[in-house]
Amino acid sequence: MFAKLFKGAAMTAAMAVAGTLPAKATDLQFYFPVAVGGGAAETIEGLTKDYMAMNPGVNIDAVYAGSYQDTITKVITAARGGNAPQLSVALSVDMFTLIDEDLILPFDDFIKTDEDKAWLNSFYPAFMENSQTGGKTYGIPFQRSTPVLYWNKDAFAAAGLDANTPPATWTEMVEMGKTLTKRDANGNVTQWGVRIPTSGFPYWLFQGLTTQNDVILANAEGNKTNFDDPKVIEALEYLVALSKDHGVMEPGIVEWGATPKAFFEGQTAMMWTTTGNLTNVRKNAPFDFGVAMLPANKRRGAPTGGGNFYLFKGTSDEQLSASVDFIKWITAPEQSAKWTMATGYVAPRPATWETDTMKAYAKDFPPVLVARDQLEFAVAELSTYQNQRITRIFNDALAAAITGQKDAATALKEAQAQADAILKPYRMGQ
Amino acid sequence: MTRRDWIHGWLLVLPAMALLALFTHLPAVTTVWNSFFSTPRGRRPAVFVGLDNYERLLNDPIFWKVLTNNLWFALGTIPASIALAIAMALFVNQSFLGRGFVRMAYFTPTVLPLIAVANIWLFFYTPGFGLIDQLIGLFGYGQTNLLGSPDTALGAIMVVTVWKEAGFFMIFYLAALQTIPPQLTEAARIEGASSWTIFRRITFPLLMPTTLFVSVNAVINSFRLVDHIFILTGGGPDNASSLLLFYIYETSFRFWDTAYGATLTVVMLVLLCILAIGQFFLFDRKVHYK
Repeated sequence: MFAKLFKGAAMTAAMAVAGTLPAKATDLQFYFPVAVGGGAAETIEGLTKDYMAMNPGVNIDAVYAGSYQDTITKVITAARGGNAPQLSVALSVDMFTLIDEDLILPFDDFIKTDEDKAWLNSFYPAFMENSQTGGKTYGIPFQRSTPVLYWNKDAFAAAGLDANTPPATWTEMVEMGKTLTKRDANGNVTQWGVRIPTSGFPYWLFQGLTTQNDVILANAEGNKTNFDDPKVIEALEYLVALSKDHGVMEPGIVEWGATPKAFFEGQTAMMWTTTGNLTNVRKNAPFDFGVAMLPANKRRGAPTGGGNFYLFKGTSDEQLSASVDFIKWITAPEQSAKWTMATGYVAPRPATWETDTMKAYAKDFPPVLVARDQLEFAVAELSTYQNQRITRIFNDALAAAITGQKDAATALKEAQAQADAILKPYRMGQ
Repeated sequence: MTRRDWIHGWLLVLPAMALLALFTHLPAVTTVWNSFFSTPRGRRPAVFVGLDNYERLLNDPIFWKVLTNNLWFALGTIPASIALAIAMALFVNQSFLGRGFVRMAYFTPTVLPLIAVANIWLFFYTPGFGLIDQLIGLFGYGQTNLLGSPDTALGAIMVVTVWKEAGFFMIFYLAALQTIPPQLTEAARIEGASSWTIFRRITFPLLMPTTLFVSVNAVINSFRLVDHIFILTGGGPDNASSLLLFYIYETSFRFWDTAYGATLTVVMLVLLCILAIGQFFLFDRKVHYK
């Protein structure tokens, strides 16, 4: 601990203009969102307190800022008013927006030693895709997730399927879905085969389908989308066909929030949802369930999701390096393991999975490893400049196709045209 | 009027004027001003763009869609909630056992925050195991997806709004009903008038000032109440249940396109002004029973 203090002080001293040791406490403000149930907020506050106990020179004000949406709104409003927090957790996909608003700093400015460089390189590459652009790192993965497939083993057995074999391909998911869809005497469905929620942010789970169809939705520069690629159209047609042609999924927009409940109630035999729901499902499913990677088509694939740490402009170097030190500490294996066990988020560094705590946890509850293993096939979540608007356009197009107002090709071509119009200014050398 | 009285008068209204100017007039003027500029981004400051934002508005299909939705929303919620409010007020104005309880029950939706109301209704509407589906399931019907289908999403939201608003308006009608002199109805009854005639010829005309007040409120609310949309549909599917104010929020605080948000706000301000002026000046003349 002494070494840590000394290192922190030495680093601060090196950065400080006067070159002297800081006499008073460094105050940091830290905004964080909570997007899952359970004790997420308490865990973050607890970790922050632990850090302050070990670093008496630093005072961190951890502010619970609501949902991801609330947090980004609060951060941008505060920053515009000249009161930006020093650090915040926000959606990884908001990186381009924050750069465009000129609010965040790359971490590279604070990475000096080889040890620091090693730390920056110690995260899963799939998570770093959403955290870097133009050769710089703007986000440090923290509460990251990825969608997985949950299946009801009892329902599988009841339908005469092998309870331990989830669908591995698109075709299998349809075939098994047909076997699993049950109807009553009136012909009304009592149990659907599969449930891929499409309310709110349908693009995320849909990106699972597009990745499996071997296509990327947006470039790494965040200024060009691929919404009308034939493979994207094909993926949307598959999603629409699940209810329209195959009758294995509830028609219309399927609610995201009610999905775990529908699974517990036996309304659906399989569901796609975030790994962040794992602890919830473990506690509440009244039957034996399994967790699998999403089924493959041309390849395996899934998007990543969730939040990163960002550093904000407008404060002293001393505060910023203290922030970086805090982020290093909280993403260290022991702290990260606590966080993962409390929530179900995927620990973003391989080192965390090597700790005894995580090993014991995974041994007791192997499904936690599925999300980690799927990272090998994962790609960056859809993220562009003007991200909220672009994803909204894309979501509207998906909703139009799912509800049968437009066919997949028309909806996606229109969305691409709108996205092009918005992203055009970002393509001319900025 | 002496000069001193004049100053005195102004001093008396000054605090209210200052607050009104600071929180209503100044923001309104700033909004109009901002609508002639582009949205400032971190790297690009705002520049004067003239009427570009308005041109974009005219060519924005989503704007027209939310405006149409809003008109349907107003048409669907205002008459329904007023009619329901009058019916409820007439009912609880009679004396019967448990009247206090029924009055309270009618008023409860008003007391609840709209967000809480929306969460309750979200459960009612949930396909498969929501209250509505469980009830109609007893009669052998299959599951519905009222919020998830573009044809019914707006209607489902309108039902929640009517449920929420009617109780509030009922209170005003109840108060108005109690000011109607009972001898009017008694006289009519002696003349042999039916209950319907009494309502049509006496009660309803005497309620007109209340109806004006309530309808002004209802119109404003039909543009103002969007909290439940956040919970129930998020404006979806494909903007089928999005309203003007919800779109303004999304544009300004989700897309951070503040200039276009200001432009949309100007449209809303103008619309509300026209409606309010229309209601007060045109409708007001026919309101009072003479």
